[in-house]
Amino acid sequence: MTTPVRVPDLSGASLASLSGEMRSMSPVVSSRQRRWRVPFLFIVLLATVAVFAPALAPYSPDIPANYDAIQNLAPSRAHPFGTDGLGRDVLSRVLFASRISLSLAFASVLLSLVLGTSYGAIAGLVGGGIDRWLMRGLDVALSIPRLLLLLAVTAFWENLPLTALIMLLGTTGWFDVARLVRGEVQRLAQQDFVTAARATGVRGARMLRVHVLPHLVPLLIVNATLSVAATIALEAGLSYLGLGVQPPTPSWGNIMAEGSGGMASQWWLSVFPGMATVIAVLACHALGDALRDRFALDQVPA
Amino acid sequence: MGEAASQGVVARLISRAVQSVFVVFVAASLTFLLLQLAPGDPISAIADASNVPTEVRAQWRAQQGFDQPVATQYVRWIGNVARGQLGHSTSQQRPVRAVIADRLPNTLLLMGLALGASLLFGASLGAWQATRTGSAADRAVSFTSLVLYSVPEFWFALMLLFVFSYWIPVLPATGMIDVAMHGSMSSGARLWDRLRHLVLPWTALTVMGTAIFARYQRVAMRDALSEQFVRTARAKGLTTWSVYWHAFRTALLPTITLAGLFFPALLTGAVFVERVFGWPGMGSALLTAINSRDYALVSASVIVGSAMTALGSLFADVLRALADPRLRRV
Amino acid sequence: MTVSRPLVKTDPAAPNGWAPNDPLLAVQSLRVTFDTTRGLARAVDGVSFTIAAGETVCVVGESGCGKSVAALSLLRLIPAPGRIESGSEIHFDGMNLLTLNEEALRSVRGRRMSMIFQEPMTALNPVLTVGEQIAEVVRVHTKASRREAWAQAVSMLREVGIADPDVRATEYPHQLSGGMRQRVMIAMALVLEPRLVIADEPTTALDVTIQAQILELLRAQRDRTGLALLLITHDLGVVAEMASRVLVMYAGQIVEEAPVGALFATATHPYTEGLLAAVPRLDQIGGRLRTIPGTVPAATDWPTGCRFRARCPHAFARCETDAPELVQVGPSHRARCHLVQEPSHRKAITP
Repeated sequence: MTTPVRVPDLSGASLASLSGEMRSMSPVVSSRQRRWRVPFLFIVLLATVAVFAPALAPYSPDIPANYDAIQNLAPSRAHPFGTDGLGRDVLSRVLFASRISLSLAFASVLLSLVLGTSYGAIAGLVGGGIDRWLMRGLDVALSIPRLLLLLAVTAFWENLPLTALIMLLGTTGWFDVARLVRGEVQRLAQQDFVTAARATGVRGARMLRVHVLPHLVPLLIVNATLSVAATIALEAGLSYLGLGVQPPTPSWGNIMAEGSGGMASQWWLSVFPGMATVIAVLACHALGDALRDRFALDQVPA
Repeated sequence: MGEAASQGVVARLISRAVQSVFVVFVAASLTFLLLQLAPGDPISAIADASNVPTEVRAQWRAQQGFDQPVATQYVRWIGNVARGQLGHSTSQQRPVRAVIADRLPNTLLLMGLALGASLLFGASLGAWQATRTGSAADRAVSFTSLVLYSVPEFWFALMLLFVFSYWIPVLPATGMIDVAMHGSMSSGARLWDRLRHLVLPWTALTVMGTAIFARYQRVAMRDALSEQFVRTARAKGLTTWSVYWHAFRTALLPTITLAGLFFPALLTGAVFVERVFGWPGMGSALLTAINSRDYALVSASVIVGSAMTALGSLFADVLRALADPRLRRV
Repeated sequence: MTVSRPLVKTDPAAPNGWAPNDPLLAVQSLRVTFDTTRGLARAVDGVSFTIAAGETVCVVGESGCGKSVAALSLLRLIPAPGRIESGSEIHFDGMNLLTLNEEALRSVRGRRMSMIFQEPMTALNPVLTVGEQIAEVVRVHTKASRREAWAQAVSMLREVGIADPDVRATEYPHQLSGGMRQRVMIAMALVLEPRLVIADEPTTALDVTIQAQILELLRAQRDRTGLALLLITHDLGVVAEMASRVLVMYAGQIVEEAPVGALFATATHPYTEGLLAAVPRLDQIGGRLRTIPGTVPAATDWPTGCRFRARCPHAFARCETDAPELVQVGPSHRARCHLVQEPSHRKAITP
C-alpha cells in the first residue's frame, strides 16, 4: 500500500550528526577523491611543453621567422598563432613564454613556502607573547596590498632582472602561508600525540621533523598549488603593465601588452597568450581544490 | 545587547583603529625605505634631465630637503604623511592631495558598486548551490566559477572590451563620461551616459568577485546546513525556506569577514580594469605615475591603499562582531 | 509456537483503518536503509512497536543498533542517502505519517510530536537568543503575535525550572550552562504540549547531577501534560527511573520488549542479560566486570540467522540457520530468541 517514501533532501541532519551510528559509513564520494587526476595531468602536460619548448616551437622566438618581414600576420597554417609587430612567430613565443611564466611562479612560490613555513612554525611552537607579536606583524604586512607594493618596487627600480623578480614575488607572498602554518602548528602542538612524544623525551628539532612537519605537508602542497596559480596570474598582470618580465624575453603577459595597442587589428596577440594563462591558472586551481578535498582539509577556499 | 557585550564591540573598534594607524605608519616607513634604497630620488625625473644645470639640481634638492641626513628626512616624511601632505605629483603637476581627492572617489565608486554586487550575487548563488549539492546545476555553476576565478582580471576586461566595444560596438570603450557631449546633455541623458560607461568595468570586477564569493559561500552554507541546529529547526516544523534562511544567516558570518578582507583583491582588480577601460581613478593615475617616474604619487598610492585595506578589515571585524553574538564578549 | 501479530488493529469502519482505542503511535515493519559505498546499510530492519497515550517507552541499545535512526524516521528527518523503505508504516494520532505531504508533516513536527536532541550546544542556533528559538515554534504553528509568543516562551522557561526567565530568554546558547541549555531544548519541545515527545539520549552529554535534574523535569512535565515519551538511552539507570515499557534493540531489530519490572527481573534475551550483568553493582566485592565479548557487526553485513549469535554464550545450531522471530515470554513480554522455545540449550554462566 505505501509507496517508497523519498525523504526530502537536506533534512538538516547529516550522517555525521547521527551520533556515531552511521558516521563510519558515510558514503565517501569516491569520485570526488579522484578529481585531482585530470588537473594534475594537465599540469604535467604544461610542464612538459615548457621543458620541451625548444623542440616543439616551429620557429625561434627571438628572430623574425621570415626575413621577408612578414609582420602582424593573422593566424595561418604557417603561423598558427600569427606573428607580432617584429615578425616573430607568436606560437613559438607563447611556448617559450611558458617556460618563463611557469618557472618564475614555481621558484617564487618555493621561496614563499620556505619563508612562510619558518616564520609560522616558529610562531606556533614558541607561542606566548612572541607569537602574538609575530602575528601582529603579519597582520600589518597583510594590510599592505601586494600589487601596490610590487608596483612601487618595479617603478622605483626599473627593468628588474628575472632573479630579482622572483625574489620580489617570493618575499611578498609568504604571509598567508605563515598564518596557516602557525595555526596548524599550534593545533598540532596541543594534540595528545605530541604530549606523549614529549613525555618520552623527544624534543626540539626531532619533534619538529618527525612529529609536526609531516602533518604540514598536505597543507603546504595545497597552498603551494594555489599560490602558483595566483603567481602566474600576477606575473602576467605585471608583465602586461610593462613592469614584470621585460621584452624581448617572452612572457604571456608582455605578449598581451604588445597586443593591447591594436586590439581589434591584432587580436591574436591578446587571445592566445591569454588562453594559455587561463589554462595554466585553471589547471593549478582545479588541482589545488581537488587536493584539498583529497586530503580532507577543512579550509574554506582561500 | 547587554552592557558588557557592547563594550566588547567598542573595545574591538578601538584596537582595530589603533592597528590601522600603525599600518599607515608602517606603509609610510616602507615607502620611505624603498625610496632611499632605489636608484635616484623623487625628483630625479625632472632634476636629472640633461638640460638642467648642476647648481639648479643641487638647489632643488636642497629645497626639497633631499640633502639632509636620512633620519631628519624620515621624521619630516612621517610628519607630512600625518598631516596629509603627500607631496607634489610631477605627472599631474599638482599636489598629490588634489590628485587623490579627484581620482579616489571614482575608484571607490567602481569598487563599492562591484563589491556590493559581488556580495549580493555571490552569496545568493553560493547558498543556492548548497541547497542542491551534487546536482548537475551545482556542478555546472562550480565549474564556471572556477573558470572565471582563473581568468586573469585584465584579460577578462580586455575580452569584454573587445566584444562589446569593437566587435559589437554597443558600449563605450573608455572613460567615465562622454567628454565631448556630457556637458550639453539633459540630466537624464547624463545619468544614462554615466551608466553606459560604468557597465563594462563594473561587469569585469563583479564577475570575478561573484565567482569568489559564490565559491566561499557554497562551502560555508554546506557546513551550516550540516549543523545540528538545522535538524532541530526542521524538527520544530519550520518550512524548508525558513530552515535555509537560518543556515544562510550563519553561513554569512565567514563571508562578511571575507568581504572585509577583499579590499586588496579589489584594489588589484581596479588597477587593471581602470587601465583597460581608461577609467579616471587612482589606479590609472598610479600607472601613469609609474611611467613618468612620479615617485610621490606612487608612494602616496601605497599609503592610501594600505589605509583602505586596514579600514576594510576593521569594518569587517566590527560587522562580524555585531552579527555573531559569540564574538561580542571577547 | 506463537507468531507475532500485527500491532495495529484495523477497523474497516474507521478512516485509514484507525479506531479510537488504538495506540497513539504505531510503527510497523519499519525499515531504514542507507546507501553507502560499502553497500546497503540496513540501519533499522523490521522494527514494530506501539506507544499508548501517556506511556513512557525506553529504547535501549549500544551505538550502532539503530535506535537514533528509528527515532529520526518518526519525524522523517532521515538525511540522504538514507531512506525509509516501502512496507514501513508509521501511524500517529490517526495519521499515516509516511504518506503525509510536506505541509501536513510540518504541522505535526514541533506541535504534536517533538524531539529533544542529545547535544544542546550544537542543536541550538548560536546566533539567536533562546527566547527567540522557543517563540519561533509558537509563531510557526499558531497565530500568536510576537509578543504573545515571547510571553509563552518566557513562561515555558519558568516551567522548566530556569530562574529569571525573562532575562534568560534574551541570552544566547553559549551564555548558558549545559544543563540550562538542555532545559531550553525541553522547553522548545514542550511549549505546544505535543502528545508525543522523542528524547534522544537527553542526558548523555550532561554531568551526573544535572542528569538527575533533567530526568526529574521530564517526569514532572509528563505528569503535568500527559504526554507520551519515547526515551532513547544506553543507560539502564535511566530506564529504571523513567520507563513503563522497554524495547531493547540490537543490530537494527528489537530483540526484547517488556514492561520495565519484567525486564529487570526476568530478562530473557542473552543480550539483555549481558547488558544487565555489565552494570557494576555496589554490593559486589572484587571480581571482574562482566562484558559482552565481541562487537556489533556492520550494518551492511548482518549475519544470517540470529544476529547476536557470535557474541551469545548460549548459541546453538539453530541460531545459525534460523533467524528468530519475536515470541511471547510473558504478559506483554517478547524476546527474539530461540531459547524461549528451546530453553534446554541455555548454558550455565560461570561468574
